[in-house]
Amino acid sequence: MKKVLFSALLVSLLAACAGQDVKDQPKAAVEDRTATQAGADAKSAGQQSVTANPLKDPSNILSKRSVYYDLDKSDVKAEYKPMVDAHSKYLTSHKDAKVAVQGNTDERGSREYNIALGNRRADSVKNMMNAYGVSNSQIETVSFGEEKPRATCQEESCWKENRRSDIVYQGE
Amino acid sequence: MKFLNKLAAALILLAGFPISAAYAALTIEIVGSGANQIPISVVPFAGENALPPGITAVVAADLQRSGLFKIVDPAGVKPEPHDPAEVNYPDWRARGADALAIGSVLPRPDGKLEVRFHLLDAVKQVQLDAYSYVIDRTLARATAHKIADQIYEKLTGDVGVFSTRIAYIVKSGLRYELQVADADGYGAQTVLASKEPIISPSWSPDGTKLAYVSFERKKPIIYVQSLVSGQRQVLAQFKGNNSAPAWSPDGKQLAIVLTKDGSSQIYLINADGSGVKRLGYSSGIDTEPSFSPDGAAIIFTSDRGGSPQIYRMTVSGSGVQRLTFEGNYNVSPRFSPDGKSFTFVQRVNGSSFHVALQDLASGQMQVLTDTRMDEAPSFAPNGKMLLYATEIGGRGVLAAISSDGRVKQRLSTQAGDVREPEWGPLLK
Repeated sequence: MKKVLFSALLVSLLAACAGQDVKDQPKAAVEDRTATQAGADAKSAGQQSVTANPLKDPSNILSKRSVYYDLDKSDVKAEYKPMVDAHSKYLTSHKDAKVAVQGNTDERGSREYNIALGNRRADSVKNMMNAYGVSNSQIETVSFGEEKPRATCQEESCWKENRRSDIVYQGE
Repeated sequence: MKFLNKLAAALILLAGFPISAAYAALTIEIVGSGANQIPISVVPFAGENALPPGITAVVAADLQRSGLFKIVDPAGVKPEPHDPAEVNYPDWRARGADALAIGSVLPRPDGKLEVRFHLLDAVKQVQLDAYSYVIDRTLARATAHKIADQIYEKLTGDVGVFSTRIAYIVKSGLRYELQVADADGYGAQTVLASKEPIISPSWSPDGTKLAYVSFERKKPIIYVQSLVSGQRQVLAQFKGNNSAPAWSPDGKQLAIVLTKDGSSQIYLINADGSGVKRLGYSSGIDTEPSFSPDGAAIIFTSDRGGSPQIYRMTVSGSGVQRLTFEGNYNVSPRFSPDGKSFTFVQRVNGSSFHVALQDLASGQMQVLTDTRMDEAPSFAPNGKMLLYATEIGGRGVLAAISSDGRVKQRLSTQAGDVREPEWGPLLK
């Protein structure tokens, strides 16, 4: 019981300190406002007018957000290029829009190496967007490594689902 | 060492020896033992019942867990000796004990307790060591660990690490907790709880702080948290990822990995978050830095050659040299405390991951573990044991193995996955 109380106290202490970061760097553009779950798209789609937002329209390619990779690989396969290009086109015509490209890996191997590998996957999407003409100021690449798997079984059917980059718009 | 040499070599495989865990988050099971076990009897101290959980049970469990001692049961020797003058050495030789730990716990007028301890050589019939500690009642375990450290050091010639602590992450459902516990798994305390992942805890050299990576703001950000006050601050939250913190031996700087300038690269940053400086330049991934004990070199993982391998560079970023050549996936390097070797994780046959050890001078490499999904090895501060994460039955557990591969331990919790362990420093 003591331990629980101690933990609770500590957590609330931490919560109190969390706002007082010593460093006053500008916050990264899309930080804190990105969707947390893959399911967020579907949920919010129900609350908005579908036709009003091409990003949410299931019949629009812009509603597709995920790029999948082979084991240990980070190149964007040709099948995903039309989807990435559609987002690039949207971003070049909506200069106020910003995206986070979130890279993920399967669960095998070093967690830190997987952070780096997930970042390289996200970068491969960003590079494709840059080549199309999207400004770096509209894109932040981040990596979840193996930490936030969409599928949790310990076999290839799940691993391939988790070798993935997601394009998440600011505000989603 | 002389003492040890005189002992007959005996290989005794211990059966599972789970330690009672009423208050523990971690249970430790020994699954192997050293080749040379020193037979020692730890006689219950007079008056130790005044100090729950007692002293000698903890001392004996520490020594046994190291795999280097065989505990000789003292039951039946009458009267139980508590002072060197009361020892009848032939009693102990008859039981096969080469060493004997005896002592007493005495109440003091100020309410504190005095713990007296003697270590005796039962063969030579001489006292090897004697200590007296004046303590509060709450410090029974800590005092027992100190006594075990004294015995270990006197009889093996190496520094004991029973008084050290470990840090690790427990994932239960959707909850992540960064915990710190004694090296024997007792006294676990939650340092941070979060609904988002926490990885890569790293002890400051003085043992008062932990650096770690938290995803609470939807991306990896490095924090430094005081274990004394509980207060924490952001160390690095640059654009992109901030991860893989490693303290320099003087505690003034950390090596970290950032993606603010492109791919994952190694930077140095002051412990207060100021003065970030890029160290390496490669077009590939550079990550998982680890300082040499003298602070002059850093080993790290890089895939600049096409697959992840271990490299070394000076702390100024020059003289980059590849260290591993066997296999196509070598990651998570850590320098040994004496700076002569390093541990890392090697992928074998494309699918299993093992803790390996490589000598820096000879380049000789040895795979230590037979567990299959090993991650994140770190050395005990005396270099004799390695703590790492692995999987048993699909669940994350911690395991430890001696640097000669003989002694093996498993540490597990009743529920949840345990991962990302790091053995803390010796406390001065």
